[in-house]
Amino acid sequence: MSPRTPLDTVKHAAATPDVQQPFRELGMTEDEYRRVRSILGRRPTGSELAMYSVMWSEHCSYKSSKVHLKQFGDKAPASDALLVGIGEQAGVVDVGQGYAVTFKVESHNHPSYVEPYQGAATGIGGIVRDIIAMGARPVAVMDPLRFGAADHPDTARVVHGVVAGIGGYGNCLGLPNIGGEVVFDPCYQGNPLVNALCVGVMRHEDIHLAKASGAGNKVILYGARTGGDGIGGASILASETFDSDKPSKRPAVQVGDPFQEKLLIECTLEAFAEKLVVGIQDLGAAGLSCATSELASNGTGGMRVDLSTVPLRDHTLSPEEILMSESQERMCAVVTPENAERFLAICEKWDVTATVIGEVTDGERLEIYWHGELIVDVPPRTVAHDGPVYHRPMARPGWLDALQADTPDRLARPRTGDELREQVLALVSSPNQADKSWITSQYDKYVLGNTVLAQPEDSGMLRIDEETGLGVALATDGNGRYAKLDPYAGAQLALAEAYRNVAATGARPLAVTDCLNFPSPEDPAGMWQFAEACRGLADACRTLGTPVAGGNVSLYNQTGDVGIHPTPVVGVLGVIDDVARRTPMAFAEDGQMIYLLGDTREEFGGSAWTDVVHGHLGGLPPAVDLERERLLAEILINASRDGMIDAAHDLSDGGLVQALVESCLKGGRGARIVVPDGLPAFTFLFSESTGRAVVAVPRSEEVRFTGMCEARGMPATRIGVIDGDSLDVQGEFSLPLTELREAHTRTIPALFGHTRHA
Amino acid sequence: MTTRIGVVTFPGSLDDRDAQRAVRLAGGEAVPLWHRDTNLHQVDAVILPGGFSYGDYLRCGAIARFSPVMETVIEQAKAGMPVLGICNGFQVLCESHLLPGALTRNDHLHFICRDQKLRVENAATAWTSDYAGGQEITVPLKNGEGGYVADERTLDELEAEGRVVFRYLDVNPNGSRRDIAGVTNAAGNVVGLMPHPEHAVEPLTGPTTDGLGFFTSVLKKLVTA
Repeated sequence: MSPRTPLDTVKHAAATPDVQQPFRELGMTEDEYRRVRSILGRRPTGSELAMYSVMWSEHCSYKSSKVHLKQFGDKAPASDALLVGIGEQAGVVDVGQGYAVTFKVESHNHPSYVEPYQGAATGIGGIVRDIIAMGARPVAVMDPLRFGAADHPDTARVVHGVVAGIGGYGNCLGLPNIGGEVVFDPCYQGNPLVNALCVGVMRHEDIHLAKASGAGNKVILYGARTGGDGIGGASILASETFDSDKPSKRPAVQVGDPFQEKLLIECTLEAFAEKLVVGIQDLGAAGLSCATSELASNGTGGMRVDLSTVPLRDHTLSPEEILMSESQERMCAVVTPENAERFLAICEKWDVTATVIGEVTDGERLEIYWHGELIVDVPPRTVAHDGPVYHRPMARPGWLDALQADTPDRLARPRTGDELREQVLALVSSPNQADKSWITSQYDKYVLGNTVLAQPEDSGMLRIDEETGLGVALATDGNGRYAKLDPYAGAQLALAEAYRNVAATGARPLAVTDCLNFPSPEDPAGMWQFAEACRGLADACRTLGTPVAGGNVSLYNQTGDVGIHPTPVVGVLGVIDDVARRTPMAFAEDGQMIYLLGDTREEFGGSAWTDVVHGHLGGLPPAVDLERERLLAEILINASRDGMIDAAHDLSDGGLVQALVESCLKGGRGARIVVPDGLPAFTFLFSESTGRAVVAVPRSEEVRFTGMCEARGMPATRIGVIDGDSLDVQGEFSLPLTELREAHTRTIPALFGHTRHA
Repeated sequence: MTTRIGVVTFPGSLDDRDAQRAVRLAGGEAVPLWHRDTNLHQVDAVILPGGFSYGDYLRCGAIARFSPVMETVIEQAKAGMPVLGICNGFQVLCESHLLPGALTRNDHLHFICRDQKLRVENAATAWTSDYAGGQEITVPLKNGEGGYVADERTLDELEAEGRVVFRYLDVNPNGSRRDIAGVTNAAGNVVGLMPHPEHAVEPLTGPTTDGLGFFTSVLKKLVTA
């Protein structure tokens, strides 16, 4: 406490109603400020204002998105799988045999542009704590990433920092990185998207919720000491008089310490195992403001906290700053008085600082003291849950009609086998379609010893029971180009692709997490895109029977007037009874038959071909057919379970030829392909029609497999055979695997520098 | 009586569970050892697993070397107990001077995770007797600071005495001198390497099962000893 600034206590606030408060600098509107005054019946203290301003921010309160997100609950399909749904820190899914899995994807977009390494690193840290806070042991991470143009001079800075940050933090935590995406597009130049997904496993009985109940229970803050990092640039200090005792403004990006996080994981799990925890919450955005108000409001409401007991890294911090600090690697637990000592002993064992900072009371107010003086006295629900809700104006963008009318029909198509050959090479060597192992080889995929599939497979797959072989699969997908052309369809296409990817590996899709990355909600066009995407995703989840278990919204991905493509990223979680039955993507055995499942139509709007060959974006994205996706998934899952197929690969961006090249290169085997009658070779190879996959069928299983497809009405076309050491499209062109491999693998290292991953 | 193999857990150890699993799959009993423990609980051999021992913000393994458990491990290793250091464990063994040389930042400056081909140069150590001399194996490698360095004289000595146990084949992934992936002490009971044999013990989760030989080697040696 600085001697020169009088402490703004509750008493002082009540006595000085006319003090001007810096609500605008803290990002609050006048209406919002007036609302706080009316809730409290007086002006808020500085500390209260700090809490309301961060908790009512877009990031914490979802005030612009809430009305649209509601559909995920309202339209949710009936599902027995969801044990804990939206609203908790992460959803929990029943995967059978007494196991529950929790998973969630979150964004760390803005910090990752400002400071790529720490932004990406702390993104992993935050999502991992969300998973621990549900009672689960984190078992893997995934990273959907989007960067600016691959050859833009600033892109390398962001790529290097983000990849090193994810690796530096995730590798130190001992969590395998099993998948994700890497996409380059100029629309992300000033707003890269760094999303992080974590998945954790627990037994049903171990689910924990953020809840402070039981008067007299202790509130324990543990983990890192609290510092001045992560306090928004517009902190309360911005309008205070200059105080020479204080250090200069700290940057708004937090700094991560993965070793501290690893200790936090182990000591939290040990406390769970001994059943010491009544309620728990991680400290992420809005730090202690969020943790105390959420814990209290999810319980009976009453909590008393002595802020002067919080261990500090910087003793000059004011109470407002302590409440707003986003220092990483901290958690808050509620523990009964008789278990408090044991809880502290476990923290001590792991060298984790732990302090009793308060207790649950039988009142209904959150009271926070600073050296004996009351500085916060609020109904906690008004901070955590009763924030403003906005119905922001929406309008279908005026440019959309012209964009949709500019179809790819006018684009020149390859006319000869040689031209096709050239365009296949151009496609598979383009930054978005090229091999990404330069990035993924900087992540540990082996640690914990349960990784059954990892990138570049269609989904990442983990064994969760070594005895029974029970496992889960996860895939994340999103296509901003499709969503730009039609956000409703774009969100559905993202879900359809992730769903298909999970099924392609043999797992049954169960539930969804989403990270909705959009431009500013204050632009009616951006808001319309967001609303359309939510509507599309909620509708599709209902049809596919996969409820949204949780997720995250990131708005304001916009620089000046230029917003990103609307980019809903969808993660799908699936379950597989025995991971030994999984289906990999590699063509592994000569002589096996290659089948194309599904219908191929002339669909090129938003496709990789239009981007790579013509730099074009227009028309409509491929048609969505969710019933077909369901059927395809059933075929793939049954075929995997009954051993009818040895390889499967989903068809998405880049179409059939991209999938064939990847499966050939992964297995080190070529393929002889015949273009089916009635289909132009170009359409056959490059179309991005949905609901399709390519599979390799051993000859001994061919009759059984085609019989199953026919019985269920799934189009299955035999298009070739695994053979030789080139990709040979008969009558059109032949490409040796060596040439394909060179084209596919050289691009990313050439852009970003070499490692020795190959 | 089953053979007891201790696996040390430092607070930042990551591959300790994997090492325990590998011991079990090879037929031994895995005994968890805590870094603050000076008592080795009657184990017959010790594995120092991969990870970041105490965060390794200083030099990798530099603090772990002074941990209570290492005091006893160093003493027992000098008395002939088989000790295997994998990745971070190798770094700890070098910092402890049980093995010569040091591990430095990969020459390309990136963390790297890949399936690495190795040649077994010495099949006479406590941890490699189930391999044939010259045998080629593939196990995962994952490190940021795996470049093996030592002065020329030490390197010459290691070569002359047959103490280079593993050499990288095809690709030198981190700039190690003379492609050295692992070394042993003069007695052959202490072995350290950067690659991770414990991640190559099951066909389902590893690129091969080539790593199993480390664990069967030491179990056989201890049974016949």
